[in-house]
Amino acid sequence: MSGPVSGPVSGLLERHVRFLEALRKAGLPVSLAEDLDAVAALSALPWQERDTVRTAYAATVVKRQSQRPTFDTLFDVWFPALVGEGAGSADREDSGPVRDGADALTEHRERLARALESDDAEELARLAVEAVSRFGAMPGRGPGLSSWSAYTALQRVSPGDLVGRIVAALLAQGLTEEEAERGGARRVAAWTRQVEDDARRRIAEEKGPGHVADVVVKPSIERLDFLTARRADLELMRREIQPLARRLATRLTQEHRARGRGPLDVRRTVRASMSTGGVPFTTHHRPKRPHRNELVVLCDVSGSVAQFAQFTLLLVFALRDQFQKVRAFTFVDEVHEVTHHFRPGADVADVMADLAASTAHAARWGRTNYGRALTRFAELHGDALGPKTALIVLGDARSNHSDLALETLRSIERDTRHAWWLNPEHRRHWDTGDSAGSRYAEIVPMVECRNLTQLSAFVEQLV
Amino acid sequence: MAWFATPDDVTTRLGASGYLADHATATTTYLAGALEKPLLVEGPAGVGKTELAKAIARTTGAELVRLQCYEGLDEARALYEWNYKKQLLRIQAAGDQSWDATHDDIFTDEFLLTRPLLSAIRRTEPTVLLVDEVDKTDVEVEGLLLEVLSDFQVTIPELGTVVAVRRPLVVLTSNASRELSEALKRRCLYLHLDYPDQQRELEIVLSQVPDLEERIAEQLVATVARLRDLDLKKSPSIAESVDWARTLLALEVRELDDKAVDDTLGVVLKHASDHERAIRELRLRR
Repeated sequence: MSGPVSGPVSGLLERHVRFLEALRKAGLPVSLAEDLDAVAALSALPWQERDTVRTAYAATVVKRQSQRPTFDTLFDVWFPALVGEGAGSADREDSGPVRDGADALTEHRERLARALESDDAEELARLAVEAVSRFGAMPGRGPGLSSWSAYTALQRVSPGDLVGRIVAALLAQGLTEEEAERGGARRVAAWTRQVEDDARRRIAEEKGPGHVADVVVKPSIERLDFLTARRADLELMRREIQPLARRLATRLTQEHRARGRGPLDVRRTVRASMSTGGVPFTTHHRPKRPHRNELVVLCDVSGSVAQFAQFTLLLVFALRDQFQKVRAFTFVDEVHEVTHHFRPGADVADVMADLAASTAHAARWGRTNYGRALTRFAELHGDALGPKTALIVLGDARSNHSDLALETLRSIERDTRHAWWLNPEHRRHWDTGDSAGSRYAEIVPMVECRNLTQLSAFVEQLV
Repeated sequence: MAWFATPDDVTTRLGASGYLADHATATTTYLAGALEKPLLVEGPAGVGKTELAKAIARTTGAELVRLQCYEGLDEARALYEWNYKKQLLRIQAAGDQSWDATHDDIFTDEFLLTRPLLSAIRRTEPTVLLVDEVDKTDVEVEGLLLEVLSDFQVTIPELGTVVAVRRPLVVLTSNASRELSEALKRRCLYLHLDYPDQQRELEIVLSQVPDLEERIAEQLVATVARLRDLDLKKSPSIAESVDWARTLLALEVRELDDKAVDDTLGVVLKHASDHERAIRELRLRR
């Protein structure tokens, strides 16, 4: 398929190798075998279309859908769709040197609004390129020093202000209000992303793709920190929870079955041996009685860590089949039981809304107070704990310098089979400021749990 | 024999057999044939992963050998098995024949029960091997697949190594309910199938249910797109769109209005909570 390279090495091969290096740097495990596959695939295909090349690379080096966005970003940087402003802008240049200015901006916004209303993909792509070259240019002092800024371009054009118009247009098409709002926001977000992509392409042209690849690659959604995630990312994470729970549940059931080989079932074994002339070729076993834990989750829902608590609760309740019983409590400085919100088969979005609404019950003065919360929990819900219970405390252990009630936690810990503390902060931030990380960690083992990967790893070992 | 001439050839031939492939699907399928590498297809349930393998088999005139994976699948049911009972009979019937002769006798083709993987490799005619829902198997079975998928050979200790006379086109499908091993993924080409855009879905629905009026099909596809936009537990798949189209045809629905959608929603949404959400967000009941 692919022989040894002979003769002078072409620029294409170098670009290929450096592209794969960039992918590896971004965390895609591209092996040498896959490298060769990619070359073989490219030589088997016609190259007229950029999309074909993209597909060939995607089929051979990207083996996980969650890595696809990273791949697409890097592909656009290393194999850009067009150079400079593209061929399309040439004819417009003749009509006059309209570069930047109030008139140009108004005209541009008008065209953008129309394109967004009709969702005209081609025009939108053209406008994104135009926006960067007209309004996002940052002239430098010398050659190679000029740059492009998506931020400046977006500030000038401010597509966010156009959402109202798009929503009106969508409503006119007969969609409901919620749908129209969602649709409008999505179209604007998509165009914003196009502008960002194009700015990246222009910068890559100026400074070389390697430079851009180092700067722009975001960690994939599973490795994103809960505490620093943006709103759009949180939405993506939430969508990731259900599949994650399903994957975990499948694996846990499989492992459970693999382990679950009980005592010999004599009757079935003898019965089965009849067909082999009385020789017991296969033995049959009774299923093992499943051993299941009870689980109590106690989570801090004060502003800073609320998102983390919600994710963990959703994941735990999605896996509730694996436990005998699950109870959940939320607290800020008062304890409130939220188990009843997690009805079997309930809608995820509703549960999240209910949880957010119930936060009010968990706060009395509204300042996180771990000591008070723990004491109240022991007073009111001490019966939730027992020798079969596993307790998980979720929170950043930042108690606003109040009393920590270490003794109460110690007695709670004694009442349970196991206890863990999940902390969404990086280990290096524990004990800084008002965090009582290591003081609580002396009593209850504290686990760093910053992203979905760490969270699923913890939940898996819990069951 | 090459499986396909060009990626465009894939599109036209699959299209003729009733499978409308998009650009990425056609290109990757072509590559699977041209590079003789297995094709791993992932994606949500009901987007036509299994159907792709069937369509390839139909259009190339190859026979489809299918290995349905499930938990607890083992070598004996995936590769081959010795027919113990027949061997026992043979030994009992041997009478005073010497042991050596009997021994040589009972490990021959006659006593070998071939299972899908071995059958696919031994066939001399063109074959499409479909390993369905590979994520349902245990991790050990993946190890078993490795030899078959990379070298197209199977080693039977008593008989030696069976090498494929003619390499089958292998399609593996997975719902990603479990992460497959790197070793397996490395040997495969990867294709992620997702819900199609409205235009393509319309074509699919019309090609599957040709009797449906185009206007209703358009309404149906638009509604399905709106449903996928909602935050549902299980978004409706292509298979469900097609089912819905058949339902509407059978019920002789002339206009897909809110009431018609409400009455037949059970065909596309299979969770009670999804039902409630759809009714609320699409304002089906006023």
